[in-house]
Amino acid sequence: MKIHEYQARDLLAAYGVPVPPGRVARSGDEAAGIADEVGLPVVIKAQVLVGGRGKAGGVKLARTTEEVREAADRILSLTIKDIPVEAVLVAKAVDIRKEYYLSVTVDRANKRAVCIVSASGGVDIEELAVKEPEKILKHYIDPLRGPDEKDLREFLSAAFPKNLLDRALAALLNLYRLLVDKDCSLVEINPYAQIDENTLIAADAKINFDDNGLPKHAEVQAMRTEEEYSREEIEAKEAGLSFVSLEGDIGCIVNGAGLAMATMDLIKLFGGQPANFLDVGGSSSPQKVLTALQILTRNQNLKAILINIFGGITRCDDIARGILIARDQIDLPVPLVIRLIGTNEKEGRALLEQAGLEAASEMTAAVKKVIEKAKAGV
Amino acid sequence: MGILIDGNTKVLVQGITGRDGSFHAASMLEYGTKVVGGVTPGKGGQEVHGRPVFNTMAEAVEATGADCSVIFVPARFATAAMREAADSGIGLIVCITEGVPVLEMLATYHYIREKGIRLIGPNCPGLISPGKSKVGIMPGHIHKQGGIGVISRSGTLTYEVVYNLTLKGLGQSTCVGIGGDPVIGTGYIDLLELFEADPDTRGVVIIGEIGGEDEEQAAEYVKASVSKPVVAFVSGRTAPPGKRMGHAGAIISGGKGTAEAKVKAFKEAGVPVADRPDQIPELMKEKLGS
Repeated sequence: MKIHEYQARDLLAAYGVPVPPGRVARSGDEAAGIADEVGLPVVIKAQVLVGGRGKAGGVKLARTTEEVREAADRILSLTIKDIPVEAVLVAKAVDIRKEYYLSVTVDRANKRAVCIVSASGGVDIEELAVKEPEKILKHYIDPLRGPDEKDLREFLSAAFPKNLLDRALAALLNLYRLLVDKDCSLVEINPYAQIDENTLIAADAKINFDDNGLPKHAEVQAMRTEEEYSREEIEAKEAGLSFVSLEGDIGCIVNGAGLAMATMDLIKLFGGQPANFLDVGGSSSPQKVLTALQILTRNQNLKAILINIFGGITRCDDIARGILIARDQIDLPVPLVIRLIGTNEKEGRALLEQAGLEAASEMTAAVKKVIEKAKAGV
Repeated sequence: MGILIDGNTKVLVQGITGRDGSFHAASMLEYGTKVVGGVTPGKGGQEVHGRPVFNTMAEAVEATGADCSVIFVPARFATAAMREAADSGIGLIVCITEGVPVLEMLATYHYIREKGIRLIGPNCPGLISPGKSKVGIMPGHIHKQGGIGVISRSGTLTYEVVYNLTLKGLGQSTCVGIGGDPVIGTGYIDLLELFEADPDTRGVVIIGEIGGEDEEQAAEYVKASVSKPVVAFVSGRTAPPGKRMGHAGAIISGGKGTAEAKVKAFKEAGVPVADRPDQIPELMKEKLGS
């Protein structure tokens, strides 16, 4: 899960990392009020999750109250990469002497949290990693013993001068504490700005959370913004389904993420276009199949639906029941192709046959059939 | 032979009194797995499917001499269950549970590793040595005893591949679902090493997916250290970047973890990559014949 910069800033501040004074605003007047409070000049920044907001005109410096009002109103009227801007961060502008980069994230290959720093901050770190990898320094944290202050100080001394070392170390320890406390997948400060001889401040902040950690943190869930997921994706999540919309016209309902991806790949391989990724998950109840069909059939581009089930923890009879309930409750506007195999296959097939539905047993055959149906429907 | 489990493996089920734990304990028993008991705190003294339930793993191991544990507890208790299993001195832990927080797994991975214990999962279907023992949730009847080792990050896609192998007469020595999470106990390379050393295994199928760089590393390892035929499949060729595709680990981020890169790595290592699950048996037969 991702959150906005203003929310990330608040979390950093709560963990003792200095940030420029400021707050979020939803109108020009509100922005002007905040500017009066924190003092001019201020920076006004669009609060959207997509990157490239600076280039899209979503970041402005304002020197007078009138400029603040105008700039905020203008940014609030923007749409950046299809996302309408609904909020701006108004923060006191700071004189930046030097930009550093500081983050803590999970390195899946090394199975450890990793601290990343650079004395060349302010740029896209992934780009820097490709172009000038020697400018990026990494330090792994022992997951059982936690951070070792002596090691971290030595590590940071390669990027920060002596007079800033204490502050950088304190910030890094706080980032790690935040990462662990809230089950984050990334806590990033870029730029981590030196604003006078001895002061470092988080001039921008990004925090991502591990979705698996969310059930432990109601306060984090409360920060969820609608922007990250489509309405369908949110609805699917609430029903216990994994759903991602794509641009094709063949809807897919599959059990298991790997098989769901392989099903999409196979549709593409045989010349069709998948409309979505949908994993009904294990222990699937008939209700999940109904919800899945409801979400899929809202797609105006839909030409056919493939249900591909290989029962393991999922029982084929549960799926069959869901299909029958759905057929009673909703009007399926497109042809349905079913492939059913695995746990309780016999029971599932019997249920479908009684209702006059047939089910394939081979995946390739089912995929070819659904593509034919989709093409016939054009 | 096969690897990790055989007909003598004595299995405990952590969470045996729950819906999934109880259902799959029955299914494992039916397959012939030596399920010797289960653990659910506070339910010690009960019986499930005629097997004793214990309050703790320590008691259960002491009483049954079990050497393997399979975990079906909810995600919020999963890392505690894995650690309890590790502390009980059991040799093999299989965690089926999905949704374990990654940061908890970092510490738990190293905790278990330092004790020299093997962990499979989490977020996996478990493993099976066909005809001998099944420790997990896969439908047993699609498997057939034979000489192909299977390693997969997926659950149902593994069933799909195994079903096709069996259909074409290629039985399996052991099939291991390693799990779809970004941080898992046992990876491709650990298992390739075991399959290479297993006299019953003639060839290995790797079923990978988008996200991370484990497949690339596995490809390098195959090239350097595996003499047996290896065939691969990679799912997620049509997955859009930046979106988590069901599995927590299945995400293309910062241009890394794409299917193309994995397919390329396998091909460069001399590992044929199937475009469809039902092509895997013929590719394996070609490799075995050569």
